[in-house]
Amino acid sequence: MAENGIGVSVRRKEDKRYLIGKGNYTDDINVVGQTYAIFVRSPHAHATINGIELAAAETSAGVVAVFTGDDLAADGIGPLICGVTVTSDDGEPHRAPAHPALAQGKVNYVGDHVAIVIAETLAQAKDAAEKVEVDYGILPAVTDTGSAADEGQQQIHEAAPNNICFNWPLGDKEAVEAAFASAHKISRLDLINNRMVTNPIEPRAVLGEYNTGTEEITLHLTSQNPHLHRLVLSAFNQLAPEHKLRIVAPDVGGGFGAKIFIYAEELVVGWACRKVNRPVKWTSDRTEAFLSDAHGRDHVTSAEMALDKDGKFLALRVMTTANLGAYISTFGTMVPSYLYAFLFAGQYTTPLIYSEVKAVFTNTAPVDASRGAGRPEATFMLERLVDVAAADMGLDPVEIRRRNFIPVDAFPYQTPVVQCYDSGDYHAALDKALALADYDGFGARAEEAKTRGMLRGIGLSSYVEACGIAPSAAVGQLGAGIGLWESAQVRFNPTGNVQVFTGSHSSGQGHETTFAQLVTELLGVPIEDIEVIHGDTAKTQFGMGTYGSRSMAVGGVAIAKACEKLIAKGKKIAAHALEAAEGDIEFADGNFTIAGTDKAMSIAEVAFNAYVPHSYPEDLEPGFDENAFFDPLNFSFPGGTHICEVEIDPETGVVEIIKYSAVDDFGKLINPMIVEGQVHGGITHGVGQALLEACHYDSEGQLITASFMDYAMPRADNVPSFDIDYAPTDPPDNPLGVKGCGEAGAIGAPPAVINAITNALGVKHIDMPATPEKVWRAAQGAA
Amino acid sequence: MYDFSYHNPKNVADAVSAMNEAEDGKFVAGGQTMIPTMKHRLASPSDIIDLRGIAELSGITVDGRGISIGAMTTHAEVAASSDVQAMIPALAALAANIGDPAVRNCGTIGGSVANNDPAADYPAAVIALGATVKTSKREISADDFFTGMFETALEEDELITAISFPKADAAAYMKFENPASRYAIVGVFVAKTGNDVRVGITGATPCAHRGMRLEEVLNSNFSADALESVEIPVAKMNADIHASAEYRAHLVKVMTRRAVAACS
Repeated sequence: MAENGIGVSVRRKEDKRYLIGKGNYTDDINVVGQTYAIFVRSPHAHATINGIELAAAETSAGVVAVFTGDDLAADGIGPLICGVTVTSDDGEPHRAPAHPALAQGKVNYVGDHVAIVIAETLAQAKDAAEKVEVDYGILPAVTDTGSAADEGQQQIHEAAPNNICFNWPLGDKEAVEAAFASAHKISRLDLINNRMVTNPIEPRAVLGEYNTGTEEITLHLTSQNPHLHRLVLSAFNQLAPEHKLRIVAPDVGGGFGAKIFIYAEELVVGWACRKVNRPVKWTSDRTEAFLSDAHGRDHVTSAEMALDKDGKFLALRVMTTANLGAYISTFGTMVPSYLYAFLFAGQYTTPLIYSEVKAVFTNTAPVDASRGAGRPEATFMLERLVDVAAADMGLDPVEIRRRNFIPVDAFPYQTPVVQCYDSGDYHAALDKALALADYDGFGARAEEAKTRGMLRGIGLSSYVEACGIAPSAAVGQLGAGIGLWESAQVRFNPTGNVQVFTGSHSSGQGHETTFAQLVTELLGVPIEDIEVIHGDTAKTQFGMGTYGSRSMAVGGVAIAKACEKLIAKGKKIAAHALEAAEGDIEFADGNFTIAGTDKAMSIAEVAFNAYVPHSYPEDLEPGFDENAFFDPLNFSFPGGTHICEVEIDPETGVVEIIKYSAVDDFGKLINPMIVEGQVHGGITHGVGQALLEACHYDSEGQLITASFMDYAMPRADNVPSFDIDYAPTDPPDNPLGVKGCGEAGAIGAPPAVINAITNALGVKHIDMPATPEKVWRAAQGAA
Repeated sequence: MYDFSYHNPKNVADAVSAMNEAEDGKFVAGGQTMIPTMKHRLASPSDIIDLRGIAELSGITVDGRGISIGAMTTHAEVAASSDVQAMIPALAALAANIGDPAVRNCGTIGGSVANNDPAADYPAAVIALGATVKTSKREISADDFFTGMFETALEEDELITAISFPKADAAAYMKFENPASRYAIVGVFVAKTGNDVRVGITGATPCAHRGMRLEEVLNSNFSADALESVEIPVAKMNADIHASAEYRAHLVKVMTRRAVAACS
């Protein structure tokens, strides 16, 4: 193993610049001649626009320009698109109402974009924006997920009758019905999956510049996937030809999904900077972030499990209504469909699964991927239902899981819901987690808590998720408009140091460290001589970005492939320089050696030789710089068991997490310290969903939780010190043996927390977030 | 934020005259409410009269009967004061748990009390300890000071200069925090001096107030158990997405019980 190679907890290379204040975020960038943009947003959830009066704004001090949807349409700047088609039960593609970047005659949620005001200063832009007079014809709003498609509901889009985007069935309905008809017991659970606001600490921002000389638009923006932004803005929104559009995403202060998507502000600023021929900057404030960032989750679900007399799962039936918000966001259709129902097998051998997902429009912000994206919703449904089934059968939650786990020798395991799991040892993870949590000692701890008037509960969640997104063939078949490979370039400079260009852009994950560890391991170059470069379409050759825990599982493999090409080429160069046959050259620990001799060249010497090719034969190409693309063969399937132990104060309903134990299978760990950080963050995210976070619209479509004063994010004192371990297996489909770890915590934690609370209270279910009042009321009922 | 004229007076008299000359002036103490409100363009004062340069408004003094805290004394200073800790430890503890370190290092006792946010902590202490609010014009008793939601007995050009708290024999503050803002959903301050018990309640209703029914019971039997029979009127309680009126009424009783228990 290299000194700072795979498996070493190397301190993060990128942290120095963050810690000394040298991070460079989009809003840190200012250019000569810059103007400032403010978006005029709808204060109403649902209204026609009967007229817009711009004169007062246009003549306001410092105003450069004011534009509306008509101006965009006149320039042929297309509506925002959805990248994935889902086929509805009538055989037609999902209903896709137009999503104009600036409203065309109608607004559909509070925060919807009506106009852009560009001025010399931010204050002048704000002053002028207040002078834009919009004549709204207010319509009733639809905000409730469960009733959005009901008969007689207010219609939002003409193109989507009954506010339905799609009805998407999956599985053999009749076979599932037959299994239910002959079941020993049927367990049922109705639940909601609470809507969340993703809330990265850095709000979205974009700075657009147009160069009249090169006719190139440069957009500095907060993106998890700069090339995807360029592709969509160019190919579908007609912003500029792809070779005349540069996307620079500098340091990104967290994304968690919210910075995947192509947003109205990005397109409009990109268009406007050419229109006014001045740089234009827009930075979201926190209120705008709450109103206009894509939200996550928001499902209403009925689930049923059919069991035999031994507690074996015979069949699962799930009916979900998923809220897509007012418009379909970039990947809005994929989250409650493929990323959701394909996980319904969980860790179990359930042979028959049938589900229907009804995706609905409402007068709320668009809903799209947020850390976990579909998989937390699937896991919460399944792991809660399994606990209900355990209670119905009189089995311990551990026992019912054991009876239904996919056995270790069954992998690769084809589930009845499309996915074929790569590897897993679910009993091993469960065993480790039970030991870590001292599950057997829980009874004594609960008794002790009772003497203090407190209620203790313990709950587990055995999750599996699909990440390392994704094989292009698979997603193409499912209706995605893109491939989900990743690309890398590994370049030696003549002096022997290395620049690694990756399409896996970082929004805080530590790529500059972990990818460098990979390269030092494979090429033997000291880690301090390796620089990882990302986030600029003019620098990196290509890339699909960072989401779905794909960076190491897909992007890392692309880097490894480029390294392999360098080694292959290095052998040719060393053979020439050392006057040996190529087949006799071996590479190890950074040196090319003639087998069986002490004649060797370091890889740095080979690099120098490659750039000073004074005596190269015709068939030996100079240079030491290789690129590679990698398209994964399969998703990767991390899994594990999380165990949460809570103590509830029945007098107030306050839940304290006393202990949280997580045992995960992420395959091989590149940097255990960074993985641990991802697990901590993921679990905290999940605890936030379980206990605190509730995005709340009122019946008129006003966002009640539009600030941190009302939207409760998890804080350090909401979580305990986590107990973490691993039960790794070796995924055969991944060349590096890695699985992905960024979302697992957010997927595994919510049901573990809620299962612990229902266990403490002795109730069947409690909806998330389990706020003190909800828990107090449940405790009253239970007492 | 809209444009405004900025004033930086060095004494109370200059501050008051700046206010009297302003069209729509506002005093700013620590700015922890005023500045965010202005940044959101929800307030547009013509003039901001910054009190931070007025030395006479800061500082903590002790005499045999109690403690006097200058209006511009920050929460952090109150929390760290050995005099406050020694004389009324519950008040120091209350200050130590307001907001976060940034808020505590900017926010002031005078600003908090003058603003009278229905969920602020200090009003409960001012009421329960029977404090006296000293202003540029007069002295106002705690019972007369808080008049409604964000409203006080202060006149437009009247400044709080100090708040004096008499020493209590025992006191405790119990706060049930809003999980998002960490303001009080319900905060109850109980103070006992001789046989006189006072209960200050914040968060529960539109304005901090005395818990008269609770006091009545506690005056005859200062024990947590004695509170069982007290009815907290649900109809008067605030209700929002974080806590219903019924839950708030329940919490008033629970927090009072816990404060009483902490006193004994």
